[in-house]
Amino acid sequence: MSQNVVVIGGGPAGIEASRRLRDLGYTPILVEKQPVLGGHLARWDRLFPDGVEARTVLGPMLQDLDGIKYFTDTEISSINRLKDTWVVMLSNGLSAQVRAILLTTGFDLFKAEKKEEYGYGIYERVITNADLEDWFKAGAAPQFDHVHTIGFVHCVGSRDEKAGNRQCSKVCCVTAVKQACEFKEKYPDVTVYCFYMDLRMFGRKFEDLYLKAQKDYGIRFVRGRVSEVSEDLDGHLFVKAEDTLFGKPMKIKMDLLVLMAGMAPAAGTSDLARMTNISVGDDGFFVPSSIVDAPCSSSREGIFFAGTATGPKTIPETLSEAAAAAMAIDRYLKTPAKR
Amino acid sequence: MIYQGKQRIWSEYQKEIPTDHWFYVRSCIRQSFFPASEKTFLEILRQRLGKDVYETPHHTTCGGIAYHSEAIPQETMMTIIARQFALMTEAGYENYVCSCITSFGLYSEVIEDWREFPELEAKIRENLWKATKREFKIPTYLAHASDLIYKFRNEIAEQAKFRLVNKATGEPLRVVEHIGCHYSKMFPSKGVGGAEYPYVLAGMVESWGGEVIDYPERRHCCGFGFRQYLVRANRGYSVSNTHKKFESMEPFKPDMIITNCPGCPYFLDRWQYVIAEQTGKTYGQDGYGIPVFTYEEVAGLVLGYDPWDLGLQTHQVAVEPLLDKMGIPYKPEDKYKGLNGKELQRPEFPMNIKCC
Amino acid sequence: MIDFGYGLTPSATLKIENVQNPLFEELHRREPDVAKCIACGSCTASCSAGVFTEMSLRRVILSLQRGREKETLPMLRHCMLCGKCLLVCPRGINTRHLILSIGKVYGPDGLKEEADR
Repeated sequence: MSQNVVVIGGGPAGIEASRRLRDLGYTPILVEKQPVLGGHLARWDRLFPDGVEARTVLGPMLQDLDGIKYFTDTEISSINRLKDTWVVMLSNGLSAQVRAILLTTGFDLFKAEKKEEYGYGIYERVITNADLEDWFKAGAAPQFDHVHTIGFVHCVGSRDEKAGNRQCSKVCCVTAVKQACEFKEKYPDVTVYCFYMDLRMFGRKFEDLYLKAQKDYGIRFVRGRVSEVSEDLDGHLFVKAEDTLFGKPMKIKMDLLVLMAGMAPAAGTSDLARMTNISVGDDGFFVPSSIVDAPCSSSREGIFFAGTATGPKTIPETLSEAAAAAMAIDRYLKTPAKR
Repeated sequence: MIYQGKQRIWSEYQKEIPTDHWFYVRSCIRQSFFPASEKTFLEILRQRLGKDVYETPHHTTCGGIAYHSEAIPQETMMTIIARQFALMTEAGYENYVCSCITSFGLYSEVIEDWREFPELEAKIRENLWKATKREFKIPTYLAHASDLIYKFRNEIAEQAKFRLVNKATGEPLRVVEHIGCHYSKMFPSKGVGGAEYPYVLAGMVESWGGEVIDYPERRHCCGFGFRQYLVRANRGYSVSNTHKKFESMEPFKPDMIITNCPGCPYFLDRWQYVIAEQTGKTYGQDGYGIPVFTYEEVAGLVLGYDPWDLGLQTHQVAVEPLLDKMGIPYKPEDKYKGLNGKELQRPEFPMNIKCC
Repeated sequence: MIDFGYGLTPSATLKIENVQNPLFEELHRREPDVAKCIACGSCTASCSAGVFTEMSLRRVILSLQRGREKETLPMLRHCMLCGKCLLVCPRGINTRHLILSIGKVYGPDGLKEEADR
């Protein structure tokens, strides 16, 4: 009988790692607290840089779950060390005794309403990147008529010590540019602004997308952070920022404002850290034993990581880390247990 | 606007406000700007609500004006405040309530500074002892007087004779609420409702029947700012800020403005005159301005106090249009009569803004 | 009107709402690369004219984008079309050609007006 491995978190990292572990001859027990597998990817419409549909990435993964025992709507009740094994109790009453646990707990989208000055949840025309993906996915037009001017606010809850998120969420820059281009594609007459602090186009073809946004789509980039948003008499938004290059404050009336909510540590991170006695960083994400050459292993034997549980990552980075984690677990399990 | 979104934020910024036994300190300037406001506050709390509010003639300025205009150093200001706290301690009180927003901000700042730097507090205690042989306890609860009126807004509503409702149409009055910057912008957690969507005045307006206007420049400063106003050459900057607010609120057609700071109602009121005389523009109906009130004055009107007893004749912008809307009776011939019918001087009337 | 010895200060805020910027749209049509500027400042740093004058191509492009061309177009009078900026631009913008196009789109009038000052 093949050995069990517990994988906690059924997003792309958890699913991909489970498939790899299965291919290596193990029986992954994949635990997801949400009702469906897929994590944030299940909600997203298209992916940067080329606009590949998210379902074409996630779909085949979800078709290929044979040999993986997965439980949705299930949480972790406890994890305890017993000799050289871990005993994992699930909220559905089942338990597993395994030598290896993989944490693929991912991230939570930063709660945009925490930035009170942007008025998310207060002004109807202020939405988040995730809300916009919902719209794109549903194929629905913006719920407001006569949209002439829209804005994307980069770094909402990223690089923001006051909001308790110092880290760069890494993917929002290119996501904003992607969404801006998509919007412009659907509504060519709309004027689209991006309010950024820095544009971090680090990945392959990201810069190309940025160039396209400038040259072909005429997206207007403003270097400055939005300071406050309020509502006009007719319900339009009144947005203030500084055009830092021009050196002047600016204000602009907008029909829609999209907040690029960043990545915050997943809510359950600290609980799992406590149960397994591993550490989290200042930023609230799990800390791997080496960020450079051992990104998948933890400070405790038998606990491994993959994906955004250890900080913001793109989908391809997450998928390759999932594969790497499966290899690391395989190597660990093939090493005889130390007594 | 999604009202529930604001309610969620308000629920996150609720401060504890004890219901009784307060040590009260006045503002330096409000008694001349709004002569009956503080008196009305005390009367409402003591007579109407039966609360114990203690006042001492020995209290002084908090030092705020001198501190913010850089006339005295921080240590001096802190020692003045320590003396105020000593008066409270000697009187046997633990709850400290002040009339002024500048003071409230300064008290909050000083208490926070002392918490952060205990050695500074020790030094101030030493200063105070050397200078006056007094000792003090830091207040258990610090409130601004508007916090208390907010706390008792529903009790006031129960005793209301008039409501913030247009008597002719039955519609709620459209009210601009303006919070003093130092009320919660420095320490959002110290203000009811926080800094972005403060609830302290909005709560009163709702309880008393009015409707709050959320206009784009709602968060903007009234234009006071000690440095801007004290130097004549800078006053253009002060009035420009006020102008910006009025331009922004104008399309919403507000019936009135309610404020909780000494400077805001003064500047929002007087600058309407200056703007009218400089540009010919007025913001109220039929050539009037938009009447501006302190929260005590509004509470007084709701409770049925005589408008001239509330000192509303000292406002630049005529309050009569609002009194008419609320259906409050008043005698125009008594407007410029003081205590015991004494004839006050009649003001000169401006050219461009209608003042009855 | 009364002279109080002080007056309303005009707003310094950029009001770009509904900036329907037909001139810039036309420029963008002729020179799509103008939108590629990332305001790095290489052009300004290498500019022969900029050493002695206010000339800054970075600022000119930005002000055109913001509809504030009046403020910066006069700078272009100092440009000698030497092409040094063309050599350093990391976005590969044909700056020399761009400057000539600006002249065409914004017309000799915009520039002449200022020159007459």
